[in-house]
Amino acid sequence: MTVLAVRGVHTFYGNIEALKGVDLEVAAGEIVTLIGANGAGKSTLLMTICGQPAATRGQIVFDGDDITRQPTHEIVARGIAQSPEGRRIFPRMSVLENLMMGATTAPSQHFADDLDRVFTLFPILKERRQQRGGTLSGGEQQMLAIGRALMSRPRLLLLDEPSLGLAPMVVKQIFQTIREINRMEGVTIFLVEQNAYHALRLAHRGYVLVNGRVTMTGGGRDLLANAEIRAAYLEGGH
Amino acid sequence: MGWRGGGGACGGGPAGGGMRLRRVGSRNKRVDQRNLEYFLQQLINGLTLGGIYGLIAIGYTMVYGIIGMINFAHGEIYMIGAFIALIAFLVLGLVGVTWVPLALLIVLVVAMVLTAFYGWVLERVAYRPLRGAPRLSALISAIGMSIFLQNYVQLAQGARVKPLAPVIPGGFSLLEVDGFIVQLSYLQVIIIVLTTALMAGFSLIINRTSLGRAQRACAQDMKMASLIGIDVDRTISTTFVIGAALAAVAGMMVTLYYGVIDFYIGFLAGIKAFTAAVLGGIGSLPGAMLGGVLIGLIEVFWSAYFTIEYKDVAAFSILVLVLIFRPTGLLGRPEVEKV
Ligand SMILES: Nc1ncnc2c1ncn2[C@@H]1O[C@H](COP(=O)(O)OP(=O)(O)OP(=O)(O)O)[C@@H](O)[C@H]1O
Ligand SMILES: [Mg+2]
Repeated sequence: MTVLAVRGVHTFYGNIEALKGVDLEVAAGEIVTLIGANGAGKSTLLMTICGQPAATRGQIVFDGDDITRQPTHEIVARGIAQSPEGRRIFPRMSVLENLMMGATTAPSQHFADDLDRVFTLFPILKERRQQRGGTLSGGEQQMLAIGRALMSRPRLLLLDEPSLGLAPMVVKQIFQTIREINRMEGVTIFLVEQNAYHALRLAHRGYVLVNGRVTMTGGGRDLLANAEIRAAYLEGGH
Repeated sequence: MGWRGGGGACGGGPAGGGMRLRRVGSRNKRVDQRNLEYFLQQLINGLTLGGIYGLIAIGYTMVYGIIGMINFAHGEIYMIGAFIALIAFLVLGLVGVTWVPLALLIVLVVAMVLTAFYGWVLERVAYRPLRGAPRLSALISAIGMSIFLQNYVQLAQGARVKPLAPVIPGGFSLLEVDGFIVQLSYLQVIIIVLTTALMAGFSLIINRTSLGRAQRACAQDMKMASLIGIDVDRTISTTFVIGAALAAVAGMMVTLYYGVIDFYIGFLAGIKAFTAAVLGGIGSLPGAMLGGVLIGLIEVFWSAYFTIEYKDVAAFSILVLVLIFRPTGLLGRPEVEKV
């Protein structure tokens, strides 16, 4: 069953066309990754799914409903959560408050359970729960961004470069956790990464975005084996 | 001025208080300004005025906190609040509601609700269409709204000052020394209690409720706030509405306190409350309250010990000094913390 369908989406920033007709689909329970170079439009696609900015042309369908022109807070309330580029932790709120903010659209009776769940995934957040978000380390902020997204009990989780700027050990841990979230909780995941190696190993399927267009798609392992992809995204280590 | 006469340095308005003292001084022997009683009286007057400034300052600081812009029409919102209160008092008088507590309550509610509506419209008309436009556009639009509202009230209500007969006369005489009576008027008690209660309640809202959390989230990162499902437009509207309602209370208090208002009062009060917000640290809620009280105290003490003619200069010198030496204000956060 298709959870998310992006059909012929064009997105503009003023006169700049960042997405030039993107098509892709994500099915329930999948981990799908989108890889691409700097400026390809990956973050733009995630933001467009959330209506910030809304697509100029094309259609975005979530759970069978057209959400293309809906306001962001309504899209999010349908069950889409994003851990955005740059993490965007609320710097002057505590870790706990950041997690509470994540639960804005979730029914309040689940709050305690959900909090436990996030603290189990990321024990460090429990230790740091009174600390201000802005003073966390990069890795901790990344965990908080993912935890905050999970607090809304999403059916579709959008992750924008969760490995960016993190030590290899932490990257491994984050990817491990993403797999757990997908397996244990059944959350569908759409993952944007430049770290193509890890992302393609983790994902069931992948798309390659070049200059605002999807140029290739296939199973994660198949893409990983593809010579073109190796040359473009994997040479020089992972 | 001084129509309430007698009583020497009795409650009265803070400006009136200072002015009347000078008269007393010139008529009789000079009041010894080093007296503790004199000081006490000024403290009471200053706190009263400071509470009023603080209420207005909250509106400036909240709007700045959330959209990063100074709402230059906020002083006019306060002025409109004062007019609505005045009209409500007169109407209640006409229909024969004479029991003061009831009249006060009705006027308070009416002024808050109607003024809040003005605040809501202001945001809709002057700010929302310009969201994302260059800041200068919104600034000009706000100044335009300010001029428009002033002229609108001038046309609708006339340019002459509007008097209101004292609604709550009397007060406590706290102590008397050598014919100098330290007075705490009932009105001052009401003003201080009400502003304190509103500020406390308001701090509670900001710190403890989901509305407050939504506001803080918008203030810290508007885009992220929308991504977690907060209706940003509604939150901004609510901010304007709450700020206007608090300004309305200030307007009502001033109407009662001074007994006269005109269409131009929003300008000075607005700049002083803005000064208060900057002094406390613009964007900081406790800062706005603290700044309001300080500006009120500075103004009253300046009038009492130096020259009343320069009391506005005193307040604005503070603004300039703060902007030069401590642009983040007393409780503001340094700008570098943008994560
Ligand atoms: N707010 C904006 N205003 C104007 N142009 C923008 C804006 N945001 C992104 N762009 C442009 O859109 C294009 C796509 O940017 P986007 O951030 O989506 O790339 P990306 O694939 O996420 O890159 P990276 O891997 O570096 O994060 C880029 O050319 C970028 O310069
Ligand atoms: Mg990006």
